[in-house]
Amino acid sequence: MASEIDSTGAEGLGNLFAAAREDGRTVLLPYMTAGLPTLDASVRLFEAMAAAGADGFEVGIPYADPLMDGPVIMEAGERALAAGTTVDGCLEVVSDVVSSTGLPVIVMTYVNPVLRMGVDRFCVRLADVGAAGLIVADLPVDEAGPFLEATRTHGVGLVLFAAPTTDERRLRAVAMAEPAFVYAVADMGVTGTRDEASDKIAGLAARIRDVSAQPIVAGVGISTPDHARAAARHVDGVIVGSALVRLVLEANDADDSARALRSAVAAFAAAVGD
Amino acid sequence: MLLSPDERGRFGEFGGAFAPETLMPALSELETAFAAAWADPSFRRDLDALLGSYVGRPTPVYRADRLSELLGMDLWLKREDLAHTGAHKINNTVGQGLLTTRMGKPRVIAETGAGQHGVATATACALLGLECVVYMGAKDVERQRLNVYRMEMLGAEVIPVTSGASTLKDAVSAALRDWVATVENTHYIIGSVVGPHPFPWMVRELQKVIGEELRSQMDGSAPDRPVPEVIVACVGGGSNAMGIFYPYAADPTVDLVGVEAAGHGLVTGEHGASLVAGSPGVIHGARTYMLQDDSGQVLEAHSISAGLDYPGVGPEHAYFKDSSLARYETATDAQALEAFHLMASTEGIIPALEPSHALAWIMRSRDELAGKTVVLNLSGRGDKDVEQVASLGF
Ligand SMILES: Cc1ncc(COP(=O)(O)O)c(C=O)c1O
Repeated sequence: MASEIDSTGAEGLGNLFAAAREDGRTVLLPYMTAGLPTLDASVRLFEAMAAAGADGFEVGIPYADPLMDGPVIMEAGERALAAGTTVDGCLEVVSDVVSSTGLPVIVMTYVNPVLRMGVDRFCVRLADVGAAGLIVADLPVDEAGPFLEATRTHGVGLVLFAAPTTDERRLRAVAMAEPAFVYAVADMGVTGTRDEASDKIAGLAARIRDVSAQPIVAGVGISTPDHARAAARHVDGVIVGSALVRLVLEANDADDSARALRSAVAAFAAAVGD
Repeated sequence: MLLSPDERGRFGEFGGAFAPETLMPALSELETAFAAAWADPSFRRDLDALLGSYVGRPTPVYRADRLSELLGMDLWLKREDLAHTGAHKINNTVGQGLLTTRMGKPRVIAETGAGQHGVATATACALLGLECVVYMGAKDVERQRLNVYRMEMLGAEVIPVTSGASTLKDAVSAALRDWVATVENTHYIIGSVVGPHPFPWMVRELQKVIGEELRSQMDGSAPDRPVPEVIVACVGGGSNAMGIFYPYAADPTVDLVGVEAAGHGLVTGEHGASLVAGSPGVIHGARTYMLQDDSGQVLEAHSISAGLDYPGVGPEHAYFKDSSLARYETATDAQALEAFHLMASTEGIIPALEPSHALAWIMRSRDELAGKTVVLNLSGRGDKDVEQVASLGF
C-alpha cells in the first residue's frame, strides 16, 4: 500500500503534515518498541496498525535505562533487549516498515546509543533505511547542536520537545532550531497511561504556535480515544504509545497482538479524525 | 576558572545536562537558586551552624599509628565516619535540605545505594520538616537492611526498585522518573557528584568542606600536622573523593588517588570501575566515563559494596582523569574485605566497605608509598556492613 508521495526523510514528514493541514486533519502516530513480540514479527504489528489508519510511526529502539519512559515501555524495552534486539536489528525493522507501509517512520531513542555509533554515522544509517525523523528522549535543545547538524546534512528531521514547564526563552530556542516538529509533552511525568485527559495541551500548543510555525505533535499519557480526540483539536499530530504497547505485552503471540492493535488503532484514528 | 564548570555545566568535554525537557527548567532554576544561596552569607551561616553543632564538623584527622607501622608509611585518616549518621553524605544533604526549604518545595526524593545517602537525606528531612521518599534497589534493600530500618524510623518512605539489576543505577533512574512528574513541588537530593548540571557542581561545593578542613588540619605548622603527600579516596559516584580532592587539585605536590571497585576482577567484567575500565558516554544526564556495551547500552556494575556498585561516575572525575589532575586505581571485593578486617583489628575502627577499597589500594601500594604522608578519606563507618560481612563467614 505504498503511496506515490515520498515518505522518507525530513521531506516525508513535511509532506505528511502539509497534506494533513490541507485537509484540516490531525495525524495519528502510534509508538511501538522495535523487536516486539520478536524482531521477525515486529514488522507485522506495524502493518496491522497501518491498515487500521495510522499515518506514520514512532519506532522505539529499546534502551536499558530509559529515563523518559514509564513501566509499560520500560518492560517492552527489557523484553526486546532480552530477546536480543540490537540497534542494527531495529534499523532493519525501520527499513521493512518503510518499504511495506510507505508511511513515514520516526526513530525514537536515547542519547547514548547515538553517541556510541557517532551522531553523523547514526544519521547516515537513518537516511539509508528511509527513516523520516529522529526523536531523542534525553536531548534538550541546549545539547542538540551536533544532532541538528547531522540530521540536516543527511536529510532526516530532528524532533525537539516542549513541556508544560518549558518557559518562553526555551520555547524560542526550540523554535529557532526549526525542528521537524515540536513534540508537545502533554502531561508532566514519564510515558505511561493516564486516567484523565491532559488539561495542559491547549495552553502549551498555543504557546508553541506563538513562536513557531512548525507542526506540533502531542504525546505522553494519551491513553484513550477520548484523550486523543481532545488533544487533536489543538495539534497537528497525536502520538499514542503505552496504551498500544500494553496490548502487545498482554497478548499471547504476534497474531493476537496484531488483532488487538488493529482495533485499538482504528478507534484512535477515528477519534483523531473527528 | 579552570576548575569550575562552564555555563553549560561542562568540565572540559564532560558533564552537561542531557535530560528530558520537562526537567530542564527545574535544572536551571536549581542552578540559579544554589548560586544565590551559596553567595548569601546568611545561607552560609545557617549551613555552617548546622555543620558545626548537628553534623559534628570539623571531623578529626587521626594518625593511624598501628597501621602506619604495619604498612611502613605515615598514614592518617580523615574521619568522615564520625560525622552524624556515619558518612560524608550528610554534608550534602544538610546543604541541599536547606536549599529545598529556601526554594519553598515541601517534598524531597533521593536515591540510595548503600543506604547512607538515604539515611542522610531522611535525617535532613526530619530536621527540616520535609516529606521524604527514597528509592533503593531491591538488591540493596536486602544487603543494607539496617539502613532501611533507619530511614523508616526517620520518617522516610523507602520504595524498592526492581528494574534492571535492582541496584544504585536503577534507583537513580527511578528517582529521575519520579522527578519528571513531580518537579514542581519536589526537589531531588542526588547523592553524589553525578547527574545533569548543576548537580555535580553543587554536590562538589557542598562536599569540598572535607578537603578544606584537611588543608587547615594538616598545614605543616607543627610536626603533628604534616602536609599530605598522597590523598586516597574511594570512588563510587565520586562525592567523598571530589570533596577531599578539589581543594588540592591545583596543588602539584599532592598526589590524588581515586580507588574504584574492581568487584570480581576487571577481567571478569563484573566490576564498578567506570574510569579505569569504562569509556565516555552519557549516563544519568551527564557525559562521563561509564560501563557500556558496543551499542551504547548501559552495563550492570558489580561490587561487594553497594555504594560503589554504579556504572557511571561524576563528570568532574572524568575531567580529572583525562587532564591527569588525579589518577584512578582499583581494588577487588576480596582485597576490600581484607582491608576491612585489618582496619577493624588494628585500629578499632570498623570502616564501611566503600573506603575499605581505598585502604586495600594503600596496602597493595605500600612499596610506592613507603615513608610518605598518606591521608585516607574514611568516608563512612561499617555498621551497615557488619551483617553482610558476617554472612560471608568472617
Ligand atoms: C561510606 C561511603 N563511602 C563512599 C560512598 C560512595 O559514594 P561517593 O563516591 O559519592 O563518595 C558511599 C555511597 O553510598 C558511602 O556510603
